[in-house]
Amino acid sequence: MTNNVLHLDNVTMQFGGVVAVSDLTLDVNEGEIVALIGPNGAGKTTAFNVITGVYAPTNGRVTLRGQPIAEGYPTGKMKKLYAGGHSGEYTKQISNTPDRITAKGVARTFQNIRLFKDLTVFENVLIAKHMHVKANVVSATFRLNWAEEARIRRESLELIDSLGLSSVKDEKSSSLPYGKQRVLEIVRALATSPSLLLLDEPAAGMNPQETDDLSDFIRKIKAQFNLTVFMIEHHMNLVMDISDRIYVIDFGKLIASGTPAEVQFNPDVIKAYLGVEEA
Amino acid sequence: MSLTTLMQHFLTGISLGGAYALIAIGYTMVYGILRLINFAHGDIFMMAGYFMIFAMSSLPWEISIPIVIAATILLGFAIERTAYAPLRTAPRMSVMISAIGVSYLLQNLATYLFSALPRPYPEIPFLKRIFQIGSVSASLVTFLTPVVAILLVWGLTQLINHTKVGMAMRAVSKDFETSKLMGIKINTVISVTFVIGSALAAVGSILYFTDRMSVNPFSGTLPGLKCFVAAVLGGIGSVPGAMVGGFVIGMFETALVAAGESTFSDAFTFALLIVMLLFRPTGLFGEKTTDKV
Amino acid sequence: MKKTRNLILSLITAALLVYGLTVLEAHRFQQGMLYSVMQKSAILAIAAVSMNLLNGFTGLFSLGQAGFMALGAYTTAILTIPTGKITGVYYMDGISSGIIAFKTFLDGAPGWLQTAYPFLALIAGGLVAAGFAALIGMPILRLKSDYLAIATLGFSEIVRAVIASPELNTVTNGSYGLKSIPKLGSIVTTFLIAAACISTIVLLIKSSYGRAFKAIREDEIAAEAMGINLMKHKNLAFVISSFFTAIAGGMLAMFMQSIDSSTFKISMTYDILLIVVIGGIGSVTGSVLSAFLVTAAKEWWLRFFDTPLTIGTFQVPLLRTGFRMVVFSVLLMVVVLFYRRGLMGTNEFSWDFFWKKRGAAATGGVGRDK
Repeated sequence: MTNNVLHLDNVTMQFGGVVAVSDLTLDVNEGEIVALIGPNGAGKTTAFNVITGVYAPTNGRVTLRGQPIAEGYPTGKMKKLYAGGHSGEYTKQISNTPDRITAKGVARTFQNIRLFKDLTVFENVLIAKHMHVKANVVSATFRLNWAEEARIRRESLELIDSLGLSSVKDEKSSSLPYGKQRVLEIVRALATSPSLLLLDEPAAGMNPQETDDLSDFIRKIKAQFNLTVFMIEHHMNLVMDISDRIYVIDFGKLIASGTPAEVQFNPDVIKAYLGVEEA
Repeated sequence: MSLTTLMQHFLTGISLGGAYALIAIGYTMVYGILRLINFAHGDIFMMAGYFMIFAMSSLPWEISIPIVIAATILLGFAIERTAYAPLRTAPRMSVMISAIGVSYLLQNLATYLFSALPRPYPEIPFLKRIFQIGSVSASLVTFLTPVVAILLVWGLTQLINHTKVGMAMRAVSKDFETSKLMGIKINTVISVTFVIGSALAAVGSILYFTDRMSVNPFSGTLPGLKCFVAAVLGGIGSVPGAMVGGFVIGMFETALVAAGESTFSDAFTFALLIVMLLFRPTGLFGEKTTDKV
Repeated sequence: MKKTRNLILSLITAALLVYGLTVLEAHRFQQGMLYSVMQKSAILAIAAVSMNLLNGFTGLFSLGQAGFMALGAYTTAILTIPTGKITGVYYMDGISSGIIAFKTFLDGAPGWLQTAYPFLALIAGGLVAAGFAALIGMPILRLKSDYLAIATLGFSEIVRAVIASPELNTVTNGSYGLKSIPKLGSIVTTFLIAAACISTIVLLIKSSYGRAFKAIREDEIAAEAMGINLMKHKNLAFVISSFFTAIAGGMLAMFMQSIDSSTFKISMTYDILLIVVIGGIGSVTGSVLSAFLVTAAKEWWLRFFDTPLTIGTFQVPLLRTGFRMVVFSVLLMVVVLFYRRGLMGTNEFSWDFFWKKRGAAATGGVGRDK
């Protein structure tokens, strides 16, 4: 029986009158690679943002290994505007800031790369290890924690070396070629020692060769770091190649789920992407 | 406090408020379009005061007033072209620093040209005539200021809502990049914004200084900051908001001075700003915006 | 090998500097202008580096420096004005009995405490400012950058107004200001304190927390996603920056020996900001160099522009009082518009720089892989 890592329970995200995600329920289990696909604007990144604590859900619950990390129900103005279902089922208001979610072992990358542009590759990765520094600011300033500092430097270097970035480790991250920047973003996320990795369109802007390499890369890090991967992606080759399961959403709602084979020929999915043939 | 005194204070309050409203509009329009706090706006207001002193020393007021307005417009326009336009693609901090630099330059220029000692502001005779309405008496300019302010704001709102230029301004303040792509002449819109803001500041300075006797190179600092508070209060980016904000700040300040807390009146205005920013940053008439992650 | 070489070079420079300063101290009356410029520069260097920590390294555009300097200055002044003289300073309304009692109590302290006293007074000033920063940090640091600037500006003015208020006459002497503030030892002391403060800030910047600050500046959403608690770290940067800014304020009080609330107008914050901009936002070396350059230029070299000059019978136009500041302001605008990265950009000083140049010249230009 595989353990459940991430569970979304009827999550609805509404901004004013706009419903971005509607009653989304899904599961990601230990060791899986699960993909979230759907047309542009379907609400995929919003779902990620709810999971990582950027937004608090308007309604519904998110649990991580059985523990709720976000829960909400409509209050105030939203009470009148709420257009989703499952009202009244959720009674608590739980929210966590993104840094707390990351501390619980959930790391993410961004749709539009958000590297620390002016800093080097090494610094980008090293910063992701700051959350593991136990020393307070005074100890750290006067290097009383020199052992800890040496350790995180060593770990960062190992990570960079094992994932193919050692040749550029002292380059400014913004000077890297696009493909390598995307890899760096993933490496940086790995430096936070996650157990669940959320990838937001990791193959965006990549050519077929790079996408192939990314495929191998994701498989490799999943094995190396014992990860569970939840991925938003548009490159169908990548999705079909490495996903164990796929969820399809459109206009914020779940319209299909299953294995790649099942989803590929689902008529609702085809309709969402290609539209209906005119009669 | 008798009714007469109350009315007197009320009158002073809305008069000060009217002047503040005119200056606040300059801040709010520039911020709406460029997302820039024009730190130099208060000093443009101060320079307008000096322009008047020099114009009136050799010309009658009928000619001086238009000249002052024209000169202030020219100054505002020049500042935008030389100090802000080149930095349009630079990070926000750079433009703000540039604005601070311009403010600094204007103050030092004024000190050099006109000395740091206060210079007497010329009297426009008919504006200083005391009128009496009921039991309240004040100079004409005190009565005139709020009226002029409201009229000008009304005119400006008409411009913004019913003309092509106004529509362009509204578009640019909503979405700078898309407006450019839609073919709107950004430079023209920005220049018009500064022209209007400077013109209003010039009028505001005439009304403000007439009641105040003198101008010094730092006369613009505090009013400038307070008018920014007024703009924030009314909702930064909203012209009617800036007007309301100006009147509120003017009344607030007058009330405090009347209550004997003149030393604290400035501090209270800033405290009000901080409270506003914390609890209702969009001000009274502003709109909420959410950032996309 | 390289590290030892650099260390030796730094130690030699430090020793030379101390020697030079001791000589200057001995000749401080003959070299009055140089002496006071050096003192003021060192003090402003501390303020500039603190501001750079907050604005340049953490990306928080705060304009509250003058307020924090005022807090540090007044705390230090009240603590260090000799108990014998202080009632004379508060000539209008007298001084609060609490303060007198505290000072009399301190006067009975043992000798070693007396020597350390001025430094403790500086630290006290820093702690007062840090306390205020911690208090207002929580709500204020949530604001967007432009609003943060105006809010901190407002805070600075509030501090100034409160200090000058007649209600606090017995504590701060209201608008009459404080005088008879004793000097802080020699110029060597000033530089040592400056070196200590600036070194601490550099150590902080190079530590894990400093990296976290830079991450917040680069992209705070990404920083948060990488596990960095934004509020905690922004508050840290704000509190630490104000601590050192206040120490600079205290040192300024001891340098000027008399202060009042108008010493700490917004223009003081602008002065420090412009030093930071000219030096390079994000470069500590830049801030230090710029502090000296700008102070020397403003107070000394550019004085040339203030004095009327007659060549023969020709009166050179423009040269009279105030022109110096106009020239300075124009130079500033030139830097802001054309040399936005300032003197140093985001680079720091390194002895390696001198060796690199020779290497490149020897190989005939930039080394290339064949």
